[in-house]
Amino acid sequence: MNRLITRKIAENVNCLKAPQRNFCTGVAAKIPTSNSAQPTTDHPEEQGVTNKIHQHDVAIVGGGLVGLALACSLASMPLTKHLNVAIIDSNPALFSRPSIKKEDPPDPRVSTVTPASISLFKDIGAWKYVEQHRHAYFDMMQVWDYTGLGYTKYNAKDANKDYLGCVVENRVLHSSLLSCIQDIDFQKTIYPSKLTTLHRNSSFVGVESKSSASPLDQGHSVKLDLSDGSSLCAKLVVGADGSKSRIRELAGFTTSGWSYSQNAVICTVEHSIENRGAWQRFLPAGPIALLPVGDNFSNIVWTMNPKEATDRKTMSEDDFVKDVNYALDYGYGPHPKSSTLGNGGILSWFKPDVTLSAAECFEVPPKVTKLASQRMVFPLSLMHANNYASKNVVLIGDAAHTVHPLAGQGVNLGFGDAFALAKVIAEGIAVGTNIGEVSLLRKFEAERKPANIAMMAILDGFQKAYSVDFGPLNILRAAAFNGANYISPLKRSIISYASGEQKLPLFT
Amino acid sequence: MTSKLLNHLRALHAATNNQCRFARSSTNLFLSSSRPFSDAPSLPQVSSTPQPQNPQSSISFSALSSLNQEELAKFSAISETWWDSEGPFKPLHAMNPTRLAFIRSTLCRHFGRDPYSPTPFEGLKFVDVGCGGGILSEPLARMGATVTGVDAVEKNIKIARLHADLDPLTSKIDYCCTTAEKLVEEQRSFDAVIALEVIEHVANPGEFCKSLSALTVPDGATIISTINRSMRAYATAIVAAEYLLHWLPKGTHQWSSFLTPEELVLILQRASISVKEMAGFGYNHLTGRWSVCDDISVNFIAFGTKTNPNQ
Repeated sequence: MNRLITRKIAENVNCLKAPQRNFCTGVAAKIPTSNSAQPTTDHPEEQGVTNKIHQHDVAIVGGGLVGLALACSLASMPLTKHLNVAIIDSNPALFSRPSIKKEDPPDPRVSTVTPASISLFKDIGAWKYVEQHRHAYFDMMQVWDYTGLGYTKYNAKDANKDYLGCVVENRVLHSSLLSCIQDIDFQKTIYPSKLTTLHRNSSFVGVESKSSASPLDQGHSVKLDLSDGSSLCAKLVVGADGSKSRIRELAGFTTSGWSYSQNAVICTVEHSIENRGAWQRFLPAGPIALLPVGDNFSNIVWTMNPKEATDRKTMSEDDFVKDVNYALDYGYGPHPKSSTLGNGGILSWFKPDVTLSAAECFEVPPKVTKLASQRMVFPLSLMHANNYASKNVVLIGDAAHTVHPLAGQGVNLGFGDAFALAKVIAEGIAVGTNIGEVSLLRKFEAERKPANIAMMAILDGFQKAYSVDFGPLNILRAAAFNGANYISPLKRSIISYASGEQKLPLFT
Repeated sequence: MTSKLLNHLRALHAATNNQCRFARSSTNLFLSSSRPFSDAPSLPQVSSTPQPQNPQSSISFSALSSLNQEELAKFSAISETWWDSEGPFKPLHAMNPTRLAFIRSTLCRHFGRDPYSPTPFEGLKFVDVGCGGGILSEPLARMGATVTGVDAVEKNIKIARLHADLDPLTSKIDYCCTTAEKLVEEQRSFDAVIALEVIEHVANPGEFCKSLSALTVPDGATIISTINRSMRAYATAIVAAEYLLHWLPKGTHQWSSFLTPEELVLILQRASISVKEMAGFGYNHLTGRWSVCDDISVNFIAFGTKTNPNQ
């Protein structure tokens, strides 16, 4: 790894080798302060760099939801608010914030924010901006499948909460985070450009003039080159640039994963009445989810195989609406009976503890009346970076892990990462640690990795379990639905885990 | 600190006052017999427990026996691995944040600084006696203090200087290859004197504490950490760390040169430093993390303040 980095450095910054050789032979030599990674105003050795290289403490590559959440979080804590943060993202929305008009129909890209993420947002003071725009809390969720053998209904009251989650458009979340960060007096610089290369300082430092001096902890900063020709240095580089992360590629992180042979079709639809709950029906090709967005609008996330996805994208709007209604209600199998096993029978001994929603009947989702936005198609895959942290670089959000959207957890895992990293950075600064040190970043990894992997495993399990149409397996799944519906402790645990309150699915 | 530990400390103070004469004679005997090597002036050496550390035990400038040269050479060989956090000093790096947490909390309280500030020690002068490669000095400098790092091994100082120059925040640390006694001769004084994992390698701990005290300004702070002379420490820091887990080279520590908390309080008291807080460090083998705890039976750290003669 060191050799790879030195080769890269040798290729890119040839002229710096000269000063290195000079001091290596000296005894107790002082490293020249105008190091390749230490920016100075006069930097004549740099090839083709006429601009000043700015020095920052943290460089967040990617100014999306998770990157901005990290920046806000750092800005809101006393131990980290003095940090000089750079955000690298070529998205123009970061500079000129497009105003979101109330009359606009909802954008199809939405996220379900779990209660845990909501409380994190409230901590940093960003949630109040979200509530100024369209948002939809929901307190009921119904999950069933096409066989009609079973269903589960979750109610927020089962776990003594007011809501199970809140569905918010991504652009609203983004704009709220931007407002939050602009409010706070925080040193931040936004670089409207893309990352091209990354240099880790590996100048050798040796006390004895041996030919291959042992590599001591090499310089603390990392130099980032951007596509518009400017450069900056940072002690810590955070990769929050999404599933096709460039920083992950540059820093040499390996990943594992596979792509699901499914694409997701998303769009906004309208009803004649207000949709108060979240609905998910597992179909043979993949689940269809109907999420409330507010003002009689709902969001559809429909997973299916790629060919059907392209068909559905191109078919007429009326046909599409008919298909959606068919998928949600009419087609495939019968409605699940409300109490197949009755509230008595073998589950009657749970009766004293039975939750509110177990007594509720199966409800039919609201009918879709028209399509309210364009249809978008995204391929789905599972990806997990084998490591989140290496020297000076750490990955958060989709750059570190992507999941199937069937439980609405993706961005919530990312928010969890962002806040955990901010907390770890604060703890490091409290004891004077250099924030780019691997041991500190490994602490973050040790905290988030098990939780993320557990969630991904569960979601992947669900995805696989529901993609097979096989008699006995269908009965098993129906039993699972009924079990989750009527066994109250299990239901409470599921709600608690999906809300983000429990980090690991340990049913205690 | 729990009330249990506070009571323990109060008892120590009371006991020392009552039995000082007896204790003094017994500790004198103990102290004189515990240092089988040189009688030369104590040399603060950095070490950590139970970690792999410089095997350079009490070396003095004047007593250059063959044994000492070997130890010097042994240490010089691994001194370049000081900053390799996966190398032989790995457990020390793991323990460092825990020690710093204790130091930060006690010194913020003592000097009345804001515990939520990222640089609470602005304007304060600290000295790190036995600094080694500077793994304690650098975080202290990042917390705003003006740090002087002192070590008797020239190579350590070189490594420390080179590493500190990599970060502008730490490049102002003043590293000197000298001893606490020499600093006293130069009449230097500091707001806080910190000597972690040094006193168990020193020939005469009483004299060493007197030097540390002389370096502290009145009402200043002194922080010393070491290993307890208990059966548990023998099992952990010597048998387990040196022979079973190979964290430390064999012979790094002599159990007889460990100090019990009572003895440390006593010799500090005789050096006009009254110990205000004490805590232990515990290691969780499952998570590989150190934490501050009340168990002072193996590693412990003591925070004391120098009595002001004007009061």
